[in-house]
Amino acid sequence: MSEFFAMGGYAFYVWGAYGASALLIVVEVLAVRARLRRAQMTARIVTPDALSAATQGYL
Amino acid sequence: MMFNWFRFSSPATFYPVASAMVPWFATSAAVFTAIGLYIGLGVAPTDAQQGDAYRIIFIHVPAAWMSMFIYLVMAGWSALGLAFNTRLSSMMAQALAPTGAVMTVIALVTGALWGRPTWGTYWAWDARMTSELVLLFLYLGIIALRQSIDDSRRADRACGLLAIVGIVNLPIIYFSVVWWNTLHQGATISLTVAPKMAAIMLTSMVVMTFAAWFYTVAVSLVRLRAIILERECGTSWVTALPELRT
Repeated sequence: MSEFFAMGGYAFYVWGAYGASALLIVVEVLAVRARLRRAQMTARIVTPDALSAATQGYL
Repeated sequence: MMFNWFRFSSPATFYPVASAMVPWFATSAAVFTAIGLYIGLGVAPTDAQQGDAYRIIFIHVPAAWMSMFIYLVMAGWSALGLAFNTRLSSMMAQALAPTGAVMTVIALVTGALWGRPTWGTYWAWDARMTSELVLLFLYLGIIALRQSIDDSRRADRACGLLAIVGIVNLPIIYFSVVWWNTLHQGATISLTVAPKMAAIMLTSMVVMTFAAWFYTVAVSLVRLRAIILERECGTSWVTALPELRT
């Protein structure tokens, strides 16, 4: 098992590459989920009625 | 009755389709990643010349392929958006850019970590690496250009034009190892010649490429949903969405 993690002496490079890639993927997934949740929250508030109320007096 | 090709070019029609597609692509991505990693890290033997450092290519090559492929698809959607004035096409392009940038960063970082033990250097300003770095700047430039324009339809046109002009970089990346004398080696896999690598290693790379493709579709469809809501909020169809009624 420790032989597997040692990667023939290339542990830093191999696990560095796999780790960095995994980190980027996780960050992107979390960011995109947060963006969707944010957009859903905004869409609940900004309804057609709320929009027309907000623009009255400006148009 | 003729099939209306523009039916699904409406955000209101495509939004539920995108929502339904995501779980399938996300699950496929997870399954293919698990299989690809099992073959790549568990089954494939140590390389005779590179030792275990070669296992980095199971991420590097799929990510590098996807970084170029996503750009091509993004530019294609941009062109459709410019030609037919369909806003969903431009939203598709908008949704792909960040994932394209992530794939480019993964390709560059894993390439550097492979290059250090194999070539003796993390980075060299050779044609392949420099043009891949230019690809990253193109993605970042397109994202930044969109951020700088308030009117989303004007941003669609500006970003679409930049994306289309940037296609010129793709053949430069792809053929750089042929046109110039680069530190980066030539292609190991080709459509016309038998692959110069062991079948089990090739299998892992192909499985990981499918995983990267499934992942890209899943994550960019979720981003597309967010973009549609951001840009269409205040319309009656968005307000009528069942998921917003809680």
